Amino acid sequence: MYSLEGVWPLPQIFTSSIERYPLNPQAFYFGYGRQSAAQFGCSVLDAAFIRYYSLIFPDYTGNGVLRFLEDKPFHIEINVDHDDCESYPHEDSSEKYNLSVSAGKASLNAETVWGAVRGLETFSQLVYQDDFGSYFVNQTEIDDFPRFPFRGILLDTSRHFIPVHAILKTLDAMAYSKFNVFHWHIVDDPSFPYQSQTFPDLSRKGAFHPMTHIYTQSDVRRVISHARLRGIRVLPEFDSPGHTKSWGKGQSDLLTPCYSGSTPSGAFGPVNPALPSTYQFMATLLKEVSSVFPDSYIHLGGDEVNFSCWKSNPDVRAFMQKMGFGVDFTKLEAFYMENIVNITTFLNKTAIVWQDVFDYHELIPKDTVLHIWKGSPANYRKELSRMTKAGMRVLLAAPWYINHISYGQDWRNYYTVQPLNFSGTAEQKKLVIGGEVCMWGEYVDATNLTPRLWPRASAAAERLWSDEKQTSSVDKAFPRLQDFRCKLVRRGIRAEPLYVGHCKHEYQGV
Amino acid sequence: MTSPLQLALLLLALGFSRGLQHHYPDQADQVDGEAELELVAEPSKFGSLWPLPQKVKLSAVSLKLTGVSFQIADAKGSSAGSGCSLLQDAYRRYYEYVFGGAKRQQQPGKGRRAAGPAVLTELQVWITSPDPECDGYPGVASDESYELTVDQPYAVLKAPKVWGALHGLETFSQLVYEDEYGVKSINSTTISDFPRFAHRGILLDSARHFLPIKVILANLETMAMNKLNVFHWHITDDQSFPYLSRTFPQLSQQGAYHPYTHVYTPADVKMVVEFGRLRGIRVIPEFDTPGHTQSWGKGQTDLLTPCYSGSKPSGSFGPVNPILNTTYDFMSQFFKEISTVFPDAYVHLGGDEVDFSCWKSNPDIQTFMDQQGFGKDFSKLESFYIQKLLNIVATTQKGYMIWQEVFDNGVQLKPDTLIHVWKGNKEQYQSEMANVTSAGFQTLLSTPWYLNRISYGQDWQGHYRADPQDFKGTEEQKKLVIGGEACLWGEYVDATNLTPRLWPRASAVAERLWSAADVTDINDAFNRLSVHRCRMVARGIPAQPLFSSYCPREYKGV
Repeated sequence: MYSLEGVWPLPQIFTSSIERYPLNPQAFYFGYGRQSAAQFGCSVLDAAFIRYYSLIFPDYTGNGVLRFLEDKPFHIEINVDHDDCESYPHEDSSEKYNLSVSAGKASLNAETVWGAVRGLETFSQLVYQDDFGSYFVNQTEIDDFPRFPFRGILLDTSRHFIPVHAILKTLDAMAYSKFNVFHWHIVDDPSFPYQSQTFPDLSRKGAFHPMTHIYTQSDVRRVISHARLRGIRVLPEFDSPGHTKSWGKGQSDLLTPCYSGSTPSGAFGPVNPALPSTYQFMATLLKEVSSVFPDSYIHLGGDEVNFSCWKSNPDVRAFMQKMGFGVDFTKLEAFYMENIVNITTFLNKTAIVWQDVFDYHELIPKDTVLHIWKGSPANYRKELSRMTKAGMRVLLAAPWYINHISYGQDWRNYYTVQPLNFSGTAEQKKLVIGGEVCMWGEYVDATNLTPRLWPRASAAAERLWSDEKQTSSVDKAFPRLQDFRCKLVRRGIRAEPLYVGHCKHEYQGV
Repeated sequence: MTSPLQLALLLLALGFSRGLQHHYPDQADQVDGEAELELVAEPSKFGSLWPLPQKVKLSAVSLKLTGVSFQIADAKGSSAGSGCSLLQDAYRRYYEYVFGGAKRQQQPGKGRRAAGPAVLTELQVWITSPDPECDGYPGVASDESYELTVDQPYAVLKAPKVWGALHGLETFSQLVYEDEYGVKSINSTTISDFPRFAHRGILLDSARHFLPIKVILANLETMAMNKLNVFHWHITDDQSFPYLSRTFPQLSQQGAYHPYTHVYTPADVKMVVEFGRLRGIRVIPEFDTPGHTQSWGKGQTDLLTPCYSGSKPSGSFGPVNPILNTTYDFMSQFFKEISTVFPDAYVHLGGDEVDFSCWKSNPDIQTFMDQQGFGKDFSKLESFYIQKLLNIVATTQKGYMIWQEVFDNGVQLKPDTLIHVWKGNKEQYQSEMANVTSAGFQTLLSTPWYLNRISYGQDWQGHYRADPQDFKGTEEQKKLVIGGEACLWGEYVDATNLTPRLWPRASAVAERLWSAADVTDINDAFNRLSVHRCRMVARGIPAQPLFSSYCPREYKGV
């Protein structure tokens, strides 16, 4: 029934005993310690108390008869060092916490409110019910912190539109697995659902539908605020110069006209890097994006640029000559990306780009973060070595392309990834800031997103949070993850089963 | 006004992109077998009809429908009247599907809409045979044909039996579209339709994971949208025994995952059977023996074979013990109950994957084998068991279906036995179909339709291409193929992911089993199926997407 290992992802340092304390929903109190920098009125923690109360007591309806009056009250006291209640979580935010559960009392200490939110999640997973439905928590001591500061999930809202409520639900589930970055691949070739203030035509003409399949500014704010309360950063991606077909519908002259012989074919290729207007547009758009999204990172894409259209276009070829690029189109691409990265630098943002940008152009600003998505383990290990050797910070996604499905327990593959198993110095290893689970949208929309994502993404969550030695056994992880997925189902997350079996409370939808 | 070509455009407005498939890493699994086709997204001339009817004549003449004036009613000459609740329920269901719920009634005194665009005010449903079978159960020989004529002033749906009328109502609802002003419209159309195969099934496995009744009902509802007509309920297996038996309540008491929350009560079963009947769907239960019965042993002592380790019982149990008379007494009583609880004329008796090692280890079984003269051939023992079981079930007046192994092992079978083919690769299942039919047995195919096996990409195309009559055999042999079933085994499936995993992939199978054999244009199928899946989504079913695109009404759940 009870096991501390029921906490997912596994905490770094923990001890517990068989001594257990009853919890009475009607005598359970959250409070702030006297020394705490945050006090009542702290938006993040006040909201977390309300959320976690129902997560800790899933059966409690509030209209039962007062039972267990003889039970002693239980207080959970929060102490944080910084009053960062109104801020956003960021790349350097501390998420560590200390949780100590004793008779009638739990103390949760953290440097930041984000650490406290992680600790509340852990506490909620420590509470269990006996056969009679009574709640208990065991005597416990936990010191916990993440192995990597960047633990992300990518959702693709361009190939299929994902309604806001489905995004919010994903953020809820992310918090349960202690993910802390929502990478919002918001636009791509098929559609442009982001409603821009400066360029409303982009979604008016580029979305699947200009009214029903868009994210308005208030939608975006809602996502950011929902994420903030859970200690999750929202990292927007505006991928260019490729993957921009939908942009061209609402912004004329942005994309390169492709030629067939000496006449335009009517088709369009990547963003046109030869026109100054392109850079003016991108600067204006990215300025808007950087003020709408508070995170200090912006993802600029830069992957999979197809050169055939550029090659066909005489103006682009003339530009190549002028710039002295010869016939090397990677130079043109590098030129474009350099300009875009400079725009974000000017906006005080850190750029993330897909690995392609490094692969063809190693000289990019040192503070750019590189995102690895390609290749077999051998390949991405080589890439990790190369990039960190060049002193670049790196984010690993290649082993966690979770949109690729197969029959059986593929979560085991996501679990056994060793992100730091590449040849390099200790300094190099420090440059790996974390990893990301990617759910590309070709075959995914609101109908199947949740069961496809959970609990498979949770396997990666433990790899990115927990100590690798303590979590090296996939067989030990199996029963824990099974329990955790039932916990997710209990919390209303449509998390699919790992294998045969049952949950005490099955999913009640269809 | 609106041609069928435009109508599909309006309905769908597909946003397909044939651009690069973002981020497809080199190590991604390759789809084996035939490569997926590059599909061109464009409206089908058949709109969103799925499965495609046998004969369709669409015209460009468009009629309007309004929820205020339109009604579905019995035709004057129909043999089914207002007492036929099966049809009355169906009228309401399809009215709601077409108009999205009740519409305000007309003000009294105001007449029908004055002259203007042509309006369709009524669908008349005309059951033509003397016995409409309103209160009956659908069966393998049920007449499912219908004829639908949409024209002014009435649309007429003619069917010999209610079963055809149900399919015709679904077809009618698929013909309705919205014009650019959101007005419901339908084009003047003539359809004559009937299924290619009589047995078009879905297998759900409620033993490996318990499936709440709600999920089962939602999938019956979706089956009706796809003209599927058999729910094969693989209700028990090694892992759990959720069927609450009145005669042997301890089976689920001990063998279910939980004796109260993870069981199907008699009332639940009744509800499923009736819900299916109202949609023309048969419910065929499978009680798989002698293997796949671990969970049975928990509530029924001495039913399973005790396995031995050396000269001592090891404590574990194997298949049903075929040498005890008590086994057959139990089976007699049990199947007697089953035959009354499930009205269908068929029961599925399983018979697959029997592991002989436990039987081999047991000294009593060895003695019995010697007595019977079976030598070391345990398939003879299996046959012995199955034979006795078949005789028992035959006394309950039921026909039976069995998995192919029973046939492969040479068990003597009644001529009306249905052999269910599930094993092997394409070549193997085709030769199995040939063997079974040349022995004169009726058969149905599942091998290419194991939908629990998932892979990245558009695997529905492979499901769509498979054809149950594609094997070497005479015309007579081909006629013995009564259909097929899409199987969704439950190892990795429960209420959380069942529905999107099943739909619209099972829809591909549905068209193969309903439509004419020459309906094989995968591009046209893609275009109709894309709209059909959006229709399922609009009806509240989380059917997953085929590829990058959107639905006018996205799924509202999470």
